[in-house]
Amino acid sequence: MAGISLEDVEYAAELARLDLQPAEKEALVDQLGRILQYIGKLNELDTEGVEPTSHVLTIQNVFREDRAGEPMDREDALELAPDASGAFFQAPKVIE
Amino acid sequence: MSTCFLPAHEIARRLRQGELTAVQTAEDLFEQIHRFDPQIQAYLSLNEQSALRTAQETDAALQRGDELPPLAGIPVGVKDVICSKGEQVTCGSKILENFVSPYDATVIRKLREQKAVLIGKLNMDEFAMGSSTENSAYMKTRNPWDLERAPGGSSGGSAAAVAAGMASAALGSDTGGSVRQPAAFCGTVGFKPTYGRVSRFGLVAFASSLDQIGPLTRNVRDAALVLNAVCGNDPLDSTSADIQVPDFTEALREDLEGMRVGVPREYFMDGLDPEVEAAIQAAIQTLKNLGAQIDELSLPHTEYGVATYYIIAPAEASSNLARYDGIRYGYRSQNGGGLIDAYRKTRGEGFGDEVKRRIMIGAYALSAGYYDAYYLKAMKARTLVKQDFDRAFENFDLIVSPTAPTPAFKLGEMTDDPLQMYLSDVFTIPASLAGLPGVSIPCGFSGGGLPIGLQLLGKPFDEESVLRAAYAFEQSAALHDLRPPLMKGA
Repeated sequence: MAGISLEDVEYAAELARLDLQPAEKEALVDQLGRILQYIGKLNELDTEGVEPTSHVLTIQNVFREDRAGEPMDREDALELAPDASGAFFQAPKVIE
Repeated sequence: MSTCFLPAHEIARRLRQGELTAVQTAEDLFEQIHRFDPQIQAYLSLNEQSALRTAQETDAALQRGDELPPLAGIPVGVKDVICSKGEQVTCGSKILENFVSPYDATVIRKLREQKAVLIGKLNMDEFAMGSSTENSAYMKTRNPWDLERAPGGSSGGSAAAVAAGMASAALGSDTGGSVRQPAAFCGTVGFKPTYGRVSRFGLVAFASSLDQIGPLTRNVRDAALVLNAVCGNDPLDSTSADIQVPDFTEALREDLEGMRVGVPREYFMDGLDPEVEAAIQAAIQTLKNLGAQIDELSLPHTEYGVATYYIIAPAEASSNLARYDGIRYGYRSQNGGGLIDAYRKTRGEGFGDEVKRRIMIGAYALSAGYYDAYYLKAMKARTLVKQDFDRAFENFDLIVSPTAPTPAFKLGEMTDDPLQMYLSDVFTIPASLAGLPGVSIPCGFSGGGLPIGLQLLGKPFDEESVLRAAYAFEQSAALHDLRPPLMKGA
């Protein structure tokens, strides 16, 4: 696997919705490059026919009766918001 | 004499005998905190008033002759990644600086039901990402054994507080070693239960397939008491296992007759500090003297553990941390032009360097064209790591190893080299990938007086064998009344 370019860093930052300063991007080109180079070690492994593990427990769907519980109080939730209006969270402008 | 270094089970006994009150216990504890925490910096916040109120309630119940739950009146600190209603939960991050939890985590509800005295919230690496607690946005916690050294991480505040007599017990969280490694660095017991043993409801998510809450204590019996209180199936966490929880204190026995203990040869390789190796070899001899049958074994994929983990954990983290967008709670940047730009600025300003690094690794590894090469490959490697353990446990009851390759390193020593920091978790990560229960217990000291930790790993849901061996070792090694020189006489 090749090294990491500035474009790679900017692309991943865009996917992650992260605003990075120029110095941060530069540091990440170097750091991610070295970390991913180390991770490239995994290519030594023959994983042909190996099942992937996303989770260690044998998980089954958990069902319960479809009954309404006690929800969190709306006022309590809205109190945490940086900006709220009436019964709603207030977000910055969506359409420019 | 102050009660701040008494074992929790001894406090419990004295409370019932009328030799001690819960209020006295709490007052001693806060005195210790006010004296030493300005240097150690373990607590991000204290709940002195509510703690004393709970202690008064316990004393009143004692006066009435009520039957008390085992942890009643025991002072417990909580890593600041676990939600408690009406209290701050910062996760060591600026992005949650003013966040007050509107609900209790299941483990907090259980501690409250036990009338445990909740003292305050403990410092940590931001969002539990780190091995030294230096990634906290708020302060650097110091190792009580040497103030120039790191307490380990990410539950460094929890380990330092317990080691310094500033909590009888603490809750931490372990994703790749974050309970065991700081326990080793600070000379405490640190227990990571099997994945699924403890409800994660109210534990702020880092990597959901790995995260598990565990206790840090000054002795093994106290760890069993806390496990008794917090383990169990929870309808609010669909990954919590529906498996009977035994009384873990029943597992504490002083011999290891018939127990088969494996020593993985891959854990005794280059980079292992010679003093750590000597202490571990001596500990293995002690286990043998206690009746354990010791044999070498191989876990051939050990060297791939760290690489596997540093794809899986960041991938899960990049997804979990997408929720911090500045809309519903937490920090919001005022510099954003519109919605998307506000997300970017909020996250760019709110997260610290290590969290950004992990989000970036995760976003990159999951992105189109790289998913198979990184994430899928890592999930397959995880299978191989897990199969190593499955095979080993066909012939062994326990696996013994060092917890960390070195004793506590100096503050600042690793911060310029993220990869080097990642490698300090080389011995704890494989068991996390396999979801196994494990403990770190103190087994000796370096020449410089720094604690060394012994790691014991068990089969899934066999916490009892881990506790039994840890207890027998502790009783035999007689190191369990550990007090850092700074706190001697306190």
